[in-house]
Amino acid sequence: MSDAMNMMDKLSIDPSEGLQFGVYSLGDHLPDPVAGTRVSDEERIREFIGYAEAAEDAGFDFFSLGESHQEYFASQAHAVILGAIAQATKSIRIGSTSTILSTSDPVRVFENFATIDLISGGRAELVAGRASRVGLFELLGYDLRDYEELFEEKFDLLQKINQDRHITWSGQFRAPLNNAEVLPRPAQESLPIWRAVGGAPASAIKAGLAGVPMVMAHLGGTTSVFKTTVDAYRQAARHQGYDPATLPVATAGFLYTAPTSQDALKELYPHVNDGMKRVNGQGMPKQLFAQSADPASIVNVGSPQQVIEKILHQHEVFGHQRYLAQIDFGGMPYDKVMKQIETIGSEIIPAVKKYTATKTEELN
Amino acid sequence: MKVVALSSSNVGTKTRTVMEYITQSVMKQEPEVEIELIDLAEVDMVFSDGRNYTEYTGDTGRITRALMEADAIIIGTPIFQASIPATLKNVFDLLPVNAFRDKVVSMVATAGSAKHYLIPQQHLQPILSYMKAQVVQPYAFVEEKDLHRNQIVNDDVIQRLDRLAEDTIVLTRTYSEIREAADAAYGF
Repeated sequence: MSDAMNMMDKLSIDPSEGLQFGVYSLGDHLPDPVAGTRVSDEERIREFIGYAEAAEDAGFDFFSLGESHQEYFASQAHAVILGAIAQATKSIRIGSTSTILSTSDPVRVFENFATIDLISGGRAELVAGRASRVGLFELLGYDLRDYEELFEEKFDLLQKINQDRHITWSGQFRAPLNNAEVLPRPAQESLPIWRAVGGAPASAIKAGLAGVPMVMAHLGGTTSVFKTTVDAYRQAARHQGYDPATLPVATAGFLYTAPTSQDALKELYPHVNDGMKRVNGQGMPKQLFAQSADPASIVNVGSPQQVIEKILHQHEVFGHQRYLAQIDFGGMPYDKVMKQIETIGSEIIPAVKKYTATKTEELN
Repeated sequence: MKVVALSSSNVGTKTRTVMEYITQSVMKQEPEVEIELIDLAEVDMVFSDGRNYTEYTGDTGRITRALMEADAIIIGTPIFQASIPATLKNVFDLLPVNAFRDKVVSMVATAGSAKHYLIPQQHLQPILSYMKAQVVQPYAFVEEKDLHRNQIVNDDVIQRLDRLAEDTIVLTRTYSEIREAADAAYGF
């Protein structure tokens, strides 16, 4: 059995149980545009922990939190919050979406996540990303010109640390390591490490060439567009001698469900539009957002039945192993997020798992 | 209605002279329009380094924000080496790809030679279209001989600039009404 095959096992991915379901937050801390209010930093951080607990109770497989260093975010110290989540939960797998590896020391990132793994009893995962918002480079003292090299070098080092307890290494962006012992070691044999991909094929190809699992984020557009990215990932992996069948793919994007698709659009729109305006400087045009309701759109907004059908369609197209739903963006009130988690858990997850589970006879 | 008049040359006075005139013309025709004239010769802009426009500071941050908040932008460009100047291209590079979505953008060019007449259409308009602008189709082309000591000395140019100012206002108002009605029809 290859290392890559171990990766499916390592992530407890069992085709007979169907598509894994996760919930993730970027860690944004935005005002609720409908109420015009914003919760305190303390409340927001407790909300992340609450989401993870509720997701576990509702039958989700995974919860993850992103790292961002800018206005309107509260999860700068995402590993610390994940530590609290590790303590507050019992069985759900937990991770980051994403850890910005480019502006951190891989030794310390590994120390943090190995510790989370020990606190959680072997449930930690790490998704390493390059950052889509780049203000943190200046804040943390890095040169944006090294955007690509910083990530590649650090990602390479992180994987080496993950494989070997003792490491000898030298590179451009960090002091050399001379037979250094990096501790603690995780409860799992090694940490499952994914690469974050923003949706464009170029980044997916890098993940494929490295033979690492990919989390592909998708803000909007049609499912067919993202098929190109998934194909490019698998083709690159095959080219490098990896078997794509052994490499997990996760997709990640907005989910919002209401009794009708019109209600769902109406309730979600102000949060997406206002949130994007504050975080990226540009809102979401209604014209584009209205197209989210279309079955061909990758945005999982609609009635529970419509969302189920969309996710099943996406699964047919991508053949992915895990789907991560973003349900709290843009100051979505806590009770509404809780309601989403409950509905997803009671109506959407059972149906999606039922239809995506590979039967034993099909595997043989 | 917020309008920015962008004088995008960092040398000479011709583009500035024309942009001052069109700014006055907009104010005269539509006194309630909020118009700001930005002259790139008077500000200190950094080169785009790929960050989001919201993350720039100083003049760069102020000007990118002013452009993003505008309903309409009148771009005044000189023609350098048969194209737009680097100062103007840098402004585009500082903004997001869809920066001009739902904005009306009109063009005024100043040039040393009539041979450059098609440059705005060939070099500027493709960029504006890519950035999703609603481009005012007619544009004003002003030659060196139309100007003397920071004054426009050709009445025809004055009338063309007045018409372009009106076209910009009318299209901005019309477009925003159409957009609002379309958005309202979505029902969310």
